[in-house]
Amino acid sequence: MSWMQLSPEEWTAVHLSLKVSTWAMVVSLPIGIAVALLLARGKFWGKSVLNGIVHLPLILPPVVTGYLLLLTFGRRGPVGAFLAENFGIVFSFRWTGAALACGVMGFPLMVRAIRLSIEAVDRKLEAAAGTLGANPAWVFFTVTLPLILPGVIAGMILSFAKAMGEFGATITFVSNIPGETQTLPSAIYTFTQVPGGDVGALRLTIVSIIISMTALVASEAMSRRLGKRLDIE
Amino acid sequence: MTVSVDISQRLGSLTLEARFESAGRLTALFGPSGSGKTSLINLIGGLMRPDRGRITAQGRVFVDTAERIFVPAHKRRVGYVFQEPRLFPHMSVRTNLLYGRWFTPSAERYEDLGRVVELLGIGHLLERRPSRLSGGEKQRVAIGRALLTSPRLLLMDEPLASLDEARKAEIMPYIERLRDETKIPIVYVSHSIGEVARLASDVAVMSQGKLSAFGPTGTIMQRLDLLPKEAQGEGGAVLDMQVAAHDREFDMTMLASRAGEIRVPRIDAGLGNKVRVRIRARDVIIATERPQGLSALNMLAGTIAAIQPADGVAVEVRIDCGGEAVMSRITRQSLHALDLAVGRPVFAVIKTVAFDQENLSRTGALHDI
Repeated sequence: MSWMQLSPEEWTAVHLSLKVSTWAMVVSLPIGIAVALLLARGKFWGKSVLNGIVHLPLILPPVVTGYLLLLTFGRRGPVGAFLAENFGIVFSFRWTGAALACGVMGFPLMVRAIRLSIEAVDRKLEAAAGTLGANPAWVFFTVTLPLILPGVIAGMILSFAKAMGEFGATITFVSNIPGETQTLPSAIYTFTQVPGGDVGALRLTIVSIIISMTALVASEAMSRRLGKRLDIE
Repeated sequence: MTVSVDISQRLGSLTLEARFESAGRLTALFGPSGSGKTSLINLIGGLMRPDRGRITAQGRVFVDTAERIFVPAHKRRVGYVFQEPRLFPHMSVRTNLLYGRWFTPSAERYEDLGRVVELLGIGHLLERRPSRLSGGEKQRVAIGRALLTSPRLLLMDEPLASLDEARKAEIMPYIERLRDETKIPIVYVSHSIGEVARLASDVAVMSQGKLSAFGPTGTIMQRLDLLPKEAQGEGGAVLDMQVAAHDREFDMTMLASRAGEIRVPRIDAGLGNKVRVRIRARDVIIATERPQGLSALNMLAGTIAAIQPADGVAVEVRIDCGGEAVMSRITRQSLHALDLAVGRPVFAVIKTVAFDQENLSRTGALHDI
C-alpha cells in the first residue's frame, strides 16, 4: 500500500483544505444564523433583495463569484483596501481569501438549512418562555437555539462539505499557490495537468471522499442523538 | 382592586371593549368562542397591545396608553397557563418547572419547588421528558411552571379545553387548591358553564367583543338570559353552603345556608367546611304547597321574585329563599296551571340525585378585600 503514502506537498493540501473549510464554516455560522433569523422572522423592506443576494453564489457560475470577490476584496477592491489599511486583514492570494471564497459559496446552503429549522419552531413555546420572564435574548438562547440545533448542524455540515469541494471561486480569487491557497480540489486539478500525476490525483480523491463521508456520518449521528434528546412530539 | 381592566382594541371586524375591576380569587372570562376572551387575557398577559386603555394588577400598571406605558410580557411577572401545555420539549420536567425561577428576583420568590410539586402531585414526574407525560400530567406541569415564577397574577386560558372528561376531573381539584391555598389571584378563560360555576368567584361575561355583564358568580349564574342559548339549561343558582351533618346510614351530607337545608350525595368534607352547590334551573320543580308523598328530599320554602320568558315553551322563575335566589325553568303551561305570580309563596323541589360531583365542590374564601 506504499502508493497510498501521501507526499509532504499532498499533506499540506489536505491540511490547508481542512483549515480553510473549518474557518469558512465557523466564521459564517453566526452570520448565517442571524441572516436565517432575519429571513425567517423579519418583516422589512428589501427582504427579497437580501434573500436574492444570499442565494446569488448558488446560481452564479463560481468563477463569476470568485471574480466579484477579487473586485471587492482584492488589494485594490474597496472593501479589501479598507480592511488591509485599517485592520491589516489581507485576502488576496492568502489562505484567508480561500476561506472567504469557500464561506461565501457555502453560505446559501447554510442559511437555507437553518432558516427551514427556524420556520419549524413553534413560536408558542417562545411566547410561553416570555411569560415566564425570559427576555428575547434568553428566549433565543434557551428555547429557539436548542430547538433549531439539528438544522444548525445540518447547515454547518453542508457549508463544510461545500468548502472542501470549492474550486472555481477559490482559484479565481486567490489562485493556486501550493502551501497558501492550494486546497484539495486545486491540488487534484494540478495533478491532472501534469504527466504522471494520476496516482497523486487518485490519492487525494480518496482522502477527499473519506473526509466528506466522515463529516456526513458524524452529522447523521449527531442529529439522531439530538432527535432522541429533543423527543419532539 | 386585584385586577382592573379598561381597554378597547380592534380585532378585524370586531371591537373588543371591556371594563371591570375584580377583587375575586378567581375571575372567569366567560363567553362563546370568538367573543374576545382570549384576546382579553392576552392583553392582560402582555402578548398583545391594546389600542387604548389601562390594565393594572395588584397595584401595578401593566398598560396605560394615555401615559404611554407598556410593560412587556417578560417583565409583568404574570403566570400564563395556555390551552395547550407548551412545555419545552428539550428540557426535563424539573428544568421546565424551574425555568421561570431564574428570572424572578430572589426577594420576590414565594413559591418553591417542593410546595408546588406537592400541591400538583407531580413529584414522580420530575426526571421525565414532556413527551412521556399524559395530557393531564402535562397540564399540571404547565401550571406548576407558571406558579414557580412566583407570579403576581395567574392567567389560565381554557386550561382544560384540550382534555377529556376524566383528565378534567383530575385537574379541577388542583385549580381549586390554587384558588384556595395560594395568594395568587387567577383570571380564568372558559366557555364551560360547569367550570365557571364550580371555580369562579366572579364572572365577566363576554359577547361579541363586549363585556355584557360582570359580578359575583352567584348573581351572574341566575341571569340565564346572559348565557349562550345552548348553556341556558345548565344555568341556575350557585349557592355557597356549609356542611351541617353527615348521614352515614343513607350516605348523604346535609348542607346549610340561608336558603335552608339541602341533602346531597355524601361528600368528603368536615363539618363547617364550605361547599359550593350548583342548582341547575332545569332540575328545580315548583310546588304551591308543601308536597306530600314525593320522593324528592329537598324542599326550600320561598317566594317568587321574578318571572322571565325564556325561549319558546319555557319561562324562568326566580325564587327568593331566605335571601338566596334559586332558579327554576318550567313550562308556560305550568305557570298558567299553577297561577304563579311574583310575590306568591312556593316551594322549590330538588331531587338529591340531581347533585352529582360536577355540581358540588369545596371552596375557601373567595374574595380578598
